[in-house]
Amino acid sequence: MDFALNEQQEMMQTLARDFLTAEYPDKVLRAMAADEKGYTPELWKKMAEMNLHGLSIPEEYGGVGDFLDLTVVLEEMGRACFIGPFFSNIVLGASAIMESGSDEQKRKYLPEIAEGKSIITLALTEESGKYTPDAIQVKAAQRGGDYAISGKKLFVTDAGTADYIICAARTGKGDKPEEGVSLFIVNMNNPGISCKPLNIISGDKQAEITFDDVKVSGDNILGETGKGWPCVEKILQKANTARCAEMVGLAQQALNISLDYAKERIAFGHPIGAFQSIQHRFADMLIDIEGSRFATYQAAWRINEGLPAAREVAIAKTWTGPACSRVMHSAHQVFGAIGFTEDHILHYYTKKARASEFSFGGIEHHLERLAALY
Amino acid sequence: MDFKFTPEEEAFRKEVAAFLNREVPEEYRKKRMTFFDMSARSDWIKVHREMAEKLGAKGWISRHWPKEYGGRDASPFHRLILREELARYHSPGYDSIGAGIVAPALMLKGTEEQKKKHLPGIASGKVMWCETLSEPGHGSDLASIEVFAREEEDCFVVNGQKIWTTNGHFADWNALVTRTDREVVPNYRGITFFLLNMKTPGITVNPIINIAGHHDFNEVFLDDVRIPKENIVGGLNKGFYVVMSLLDYERTADPAYATAEFYIEDLAEYAREKGLLNAVTERRLCQLRAESNVARLFHYRVTWMQSQNMVPNVESAMSKMVNFELLQRVAEFGMELGGQYGLLDENSELAPIYGRIPSCYLRSIAHSLEQGTSEIDKDVIAQRGLGLPRLR
Repeated sequence: MDFALNEQQEMMQTLARDFLTAEYPDKVLRAMAADEKGYTPELWKKMAEMNLHGLSIPEEYGGVGDFLDLTVVLEEMGRACFIGPFFSNIVLGASAIMESGSDEQKRKYLPEIAEGKSIITLALTEESGKYTPDAIQVKAAQRGGDYAISGKKLFVTDAGTADYIICAARTGKGDKPEEGVSLFIVNMNNPGISCKPLNIISGDKQAEITFDDVKVSGDNILGETGKGWPCVEKILQKANTARCAEMVGLAQQALNISLDYAKERIAFGHPIGAFQSIQHRFADMLIDIEGSRFATYQAAWRINEGLPAAREVAIAKTWTGPACSRVMHSAHQVFGAIGFTEDHILHYYTKKARASEFSFGGIEHHLERLAALY
Repeated sequence: MDFKFTPEEEAFRKEVAAFLNREVPEEYRKKRMTFFDMSARSDWIKVHREMAEKLGAKGWISRHWPKEYGGRDASPFHRLILREELARYHSPGYDSIGAGIVAPALMLKGTEEQKKKHLPGIASGKVMWCETLSEPGHGSDLASIEVFAREEEDCFVVNGQKIWTTNGHFADWNALVTRTDREVVPNYRGITFFLLNMKTPGITVNPIINIAGHHDFNEVFLDDVRIPKENIVGGLNKGFYVVMSLLDYERTADPAYATAEFYIEDLAEYAREKGLLNAVTERRLCQLRAESNVARLFHYRVTWMQSQNMVPNVESAMSKMVNFELLQRVAEFGMELGGQYGLLDENSELAPIYGRIPSCYLRSIAHSLEQGTSEIDKDVIAQRGLGLPRLR
């Protein structure tokens, strides 16, 4: 049992924190939330110089570190309320290729991702908004050695800036809904793809993608045809854990800034943080954050060790989402009316926390998953 | 980061489990007795002592102690594993006051003589302890206690009343805290910590029956009770510091998540048998399972800190609060699941899980009071943990 970060993780934490403090101040966050792409090429390049895009990618493909290192960095990104395609690129795109890609596919895509030269994301969710295999209805019809994809995907993160998209589509019908799902790497320049932005409260970039008879070569299938769902499951585990790590960072920062405020703001002749009603709120906030952190790192550690992690991931998401939401509400209560304005920074954190909470399944979905495991 | 037990720890767990599987009385297992409501049984003190001596003979109570005090220098995770397995097998036998609190406080603050005299008794399971901190007029504000110990040439003479003394009716020794200076400001600098043999003349113990009908705690009257000076721990008027370190241990002594987890599965089993499983109850069960897993991690973090010779303080306040309030929610769910059946006491054949539901629920009302109230825990977390100012 070890609850401390190791040397490398501490180093990554410091590195990410220093980098984001310098490069991602509130001013940048405000700009990126309003920006169409959510990142600048300059920032992306600087991140590449730090090798951040290679996190959790094997060294042989130009990457660095493991999934725990990535988790540590994602927590730091949460603290900065980082908006941009980092999550989509590494946690979704790179993970899928690492999980199911052939050697050739890995050699082709992973170094490009690690170097920050291409951005890749995942198109999974459809109209039902669910994260279960039966929700995959987009069809890929076989035509010789090629496929033609038709249908609509929703809530595709960073689709507008992606060079490639991994699309989960139905290539066949099996006895169970998880059979017959295939994963296609699709170049966003392919004819027939249309992309419509879906603006959400957090400023994270999402889109609705329509595939209209989009031709994809059979060589672009990740893993075996019709057997893509287990890979999706693995990505979902990482994605949910990563969202939890972001939420831990978001909540930690909300605590930090509201705590500073509670020590300074005077009411009735005392700093408001001297009143027990405020102190007990803070105690609850700290418990919520620490509990979230434990559950998140427990899940991340299991994923990193290659151990079964379905249960721990569901626990992490079940616990962390509502816990971070409670923290945000408490931070708002401490700040009072000023925290309710667009001028204040807090609302970015609140909104992003809610977006992370429901991304890849909210509490109901994960409780259902948990129920299936007992 | 590492969330697994070592092979040595896993082996110890197996050894403990195999032993308990043989030794724990059948009735305790069948009736799913929990650590917190075992005292409902009339034979509890006898079985508790017998099991304690068996655990002591195995060397398991002191396994994580330093070799010089009869331990094996094992990691504190061995203590945690022992407690988890005791919970799994519904076994009494762990003196959470003697082994859980007094022993670590003695190792930290006791003299060599005190350690040599008292640690072997605790390790053997033969000597059991109680603690007398609270008084009728002073609970959470412990620094205000009034029971006074008057200094005489060779001893201190104590007069007054203590209350909420768990296990005072059978304990052999007592960790007693008294005032020894009435004038000093601040008042916590006038408190002394004594080790008191419960056979000393002048001690009267009266039972207090709690709302669950269990006899756990007592009121203790001290009438000219003479305590030798060598029984002072931590120095004259410096007892408050001993109490503080003792409370840090107390808040981490009992793994409530383990009790909660086994009880949740008993409730799930009952729900299955009775056809009470539906989307709503299933959701609540899984919510509680998730919460107990998180509570477990709070407890593990504290144990890990102890394994690294760090002193958990804010961390133990968090762990205690999270764990004990979880157990309250589990007990509450039991009541909701049981409905009218859950009101039946264990003598009724219709009572689910042998009457555990009302017993655990009523007992749980004190979980946010005992070992420091949740309010005190939150004060500790906010003030010591987050540096918020204290209003006076």
